[in-house]
Amino acid sequence: MTVTERTDVLVIGSGFGGSIPAYHLAAGGAEVVVLERGPELGAQDFAHDLRIGSYTRIVDLVQGDGITVVAGNCVGGSSVVYFAASLRAPGFVFDREGGLGRRLWPQSVTRSALDPWYDRVEETIPVARQEWGQVPYPGGLFAAACTRAGRTCNPVPVAVDLDRCTNCNWMLGGCRFDAKRSMLLNYLPAATAAGAEVRALHEVQTIAPATTPGYRYRVAYSVLDGDDYRVPVSAGAIEAKIVVVAAGAVGTPVLLQRSAPLLGGMPRAVGRYFSGNGDRVSIADVDEDKVSDLLGLERGPGSPYDAFPVGKPIGSMSYDRLDPQAPEFTRFSLQQIYFPGITNILAQATDDPATSWFGVEKKELRARWRSWLSVLAMTEDDNEGRFGLPPATGSFTRVASSVGLSTLRYRPTANTLRGWAAADDEARAVLERDGLARVRPWSEAVGGSLSAHPLSSCRMGDDPATSALDDRNELRGHPGLFVTDGAAVPTSLCVNPSLTIAALAERACPHIVDRAADAGVKVRYGAPAPDGSTSGRRGVLKLSTKERR
Amino acid sequence: MSSGIGRRRLVAALTAAVAAVATGALSAPATAGPLPDPAQGLLDGLLDDLGGADVSLGPVDTTATLEAFADTVVPGEKRHARDHAIAGATGGPGAVQAGAIDMLRLPELGLGPLMPALAGLLCTEATRYALGRGKVLLPSRPAFVALDFGDRTRLTAQLTGPDAVDRQVWVLLALFASIAFDNAAHLHTVKALEQRHPGLAWLRFPAPDADGLWRFPTYSYGKRLAREHPHTTAGGHPA
Repeated sequence: MTVTERTDVLVIGSGFGGSIPAYHLAAGGAEVVVLERGPELGAQDFAHDLRIGSYTRIVDLVQGDGITVVAGNCVGGSSVVYFAASLRAPGFVFDREGGLGRRLWPQSVTRSALDPWYDRVEETIPVARQEWGQVPYPGGLFAAACTRAGRTCNPVPVAVDLDRCTNCNWMLGGCRFDAKRSMLLNYLPAATAAGAEVRALHEVQTIAPATTPGYRYRVAYSVLDGDDYRVPVSAGAIEAKIVVVAAGAVGTPVLLQRSAPLLGGMPRAVGRYFSGNGDRVSIADVDEDKVSDLLGLERGPGSPYDAFPVGKPIGSMSYDRLDPQAPEFTRFSLQQIYFPGITNILAQATDDPATSWFGVEKKELRARWRSWLSVLAMTEDDNEGRFGLPPATGSFTRVASSVGLSTLRYRPTANTLRGWAAADDEARAVLERDGLARVRPWSEAVGGSLSAHPLSSCRMGDDPATSALDDRNELRGHPGLFVTDGAAVPTSLCVNPSLTIAALAERACPHIVDRAADAGVKVRYGAPAPDGSTSGRRGVLKLSTKERR
Repeated sequence: MSSGIGRRRLVAALTAAVAAVATGALSAPATAGPLPDPAQGLLDGLLDDLGGADVSLGPVDTTATLEAFADTVVPGEKRHARDHAIAGATGGPGAVQAGAIDMLRLPELGLGPLMPALAGLLCTEATRYALGRGKVLLPSRPAFVALDFGDRTRLTAQLTGPDAVDRQVWVLLALFASIAFDNAAHLHTVKALEQRHPGLAWLRFPAPDADGLWRFPTYSYGKRLAREHPHTTAGGHPA
């Protein structure tokens, strides 16, 4: 028998969605425990190494039916492995109606309502605006191609200390130089300094009602073997007055589904409406001579480009197709991005989808790897992903190190396909002009579509039929149980989602604090940014007070 | 200590087996695996319960078959005149030279015990494929190895096609071949580059600094190359 521990607030997951509430609640006076499924690693542990067992310790490739999802698996969550593009979602996103034909976001959440929360996050992280001279070669090439095609192109705001950054291009494995501003450098250490306890390798399996008076939930977990996450080494349970679920959009709904019988049911939207952020990646096979002839670019004598693996992975992007007047499902951003070699299998060398991703021509395409340029379109998908019955433990069946099989099923609707087709057309219009490159989307034969931005599987909204959370991130029918990760985001965002996930988590904090106070926890909202800055706090205190009235 | 290692390997093998069975890939017992006796017995028992005929191959045929599959994904030149596993469809190194079999044997993957069954299943598929086309395969070779490169390619396309029942298994096997070539994922990257790993050399993967870390002090064209969107906010965001 294990002894059940107790805490005021239990946070499940330590990425953007978990670290931010952990900080505000701990700083406000609550006793906070954070359970994180993955290991705890720091800069010195982040090797520049592609071997299985290195970066795969902290990144999961989760294969569903029709979609493959990339997600972080470590203390700091996806903030440790992400590519640090930090963008506010365009205003029209909050008015999206999707295939349902009515507003999907809560009425209270608009771009202007969220801006003060974005400000708070940007003050904490902080986000840097790259100068053109800080945009790596691939981003420069994309920008020049945009210009030649009559488009605009912007340097991408990034959560990176640009002075420290070595442009090594190993962001997926965690930042060796502590230049990427992950949760490990701001919210999490501040939460710990305020007394929060972060426990790595603790995989939560169920949430059930607590038996101790005054405590609402009992969270049961397995402790995992640090060398093989398939092997549990012990188990335990903690009772809490408040639970914040931030296990990621492929973790949170599965945990809640498994807990449904224990908690007396779940809102219908738990495990439905998953969005892959409309991610659509294409690889351009660039003609080096044309880079010189058409764009006039040269990075060295006789070398116009030849720089696919050089620099920060995300450098530039085009906002041209983020037109609020355009019809839904035709709007997207187009971003230059680098994906490590594990995704090389997805590049298509021919136009026959059955064989385009392997064989002789594909190997020849690999010989030109340094002349590749990849672009990510973030489109408006239709929230058509749905999880099946949960596995016995964990978020998915872990088949091998870093590889899991999920019950998530994703079949793109005609709406989503329309967006992808528009994005494909735009990528070609920019990059194939006058033979600059040959562009093909990633193969869907290998793992369906691929998303590095899982969202919406337990989303907020005003309609109980199509949203699992109210507009304050509280799970319907389960007071004191909040979801603050990517699962809460109602729709795809047309930009990288991390900043929006973080802003929504910031926005949820005053409400979580109120609930905690209602439950008898001595806690108050109003901590400054983790580094002591206060202007973001000033911006939201007035606002949150108004909202709470 | 030894019981701990045994348990870890057992769980790894069982998870892989259960996942493979769940996707419909394996109905055959995985024999000839390197698991310790009690673990092997449990694994055999589990798979026996699930039923099905034993199509596992011996070690030589297992290696040749899985090499032939890896060579279909990333083709290379024959290692010697009597190399049947590699079809020799193109010059230069392929997934086999890049270490695809070492990759599958990586202890962390836990796939080792399943290799004979995977190879056996691949050969069953190859036999079915050949029969369906009235082709006679050389009985002296494993069936997949006996196919020519064109047929290996068409069969691989079938096995990984959108409607194939076991597609997840073959896609994973293809992924491992691919990352053996593209990532040298069974080796530490710095070591792999020192050894002139054929896949990384083929990509012209950049070299690290002397301390084994990558840095690109020169990384930008260093000039404005586009006009920014007119509705960009002060922070660089879309409106």
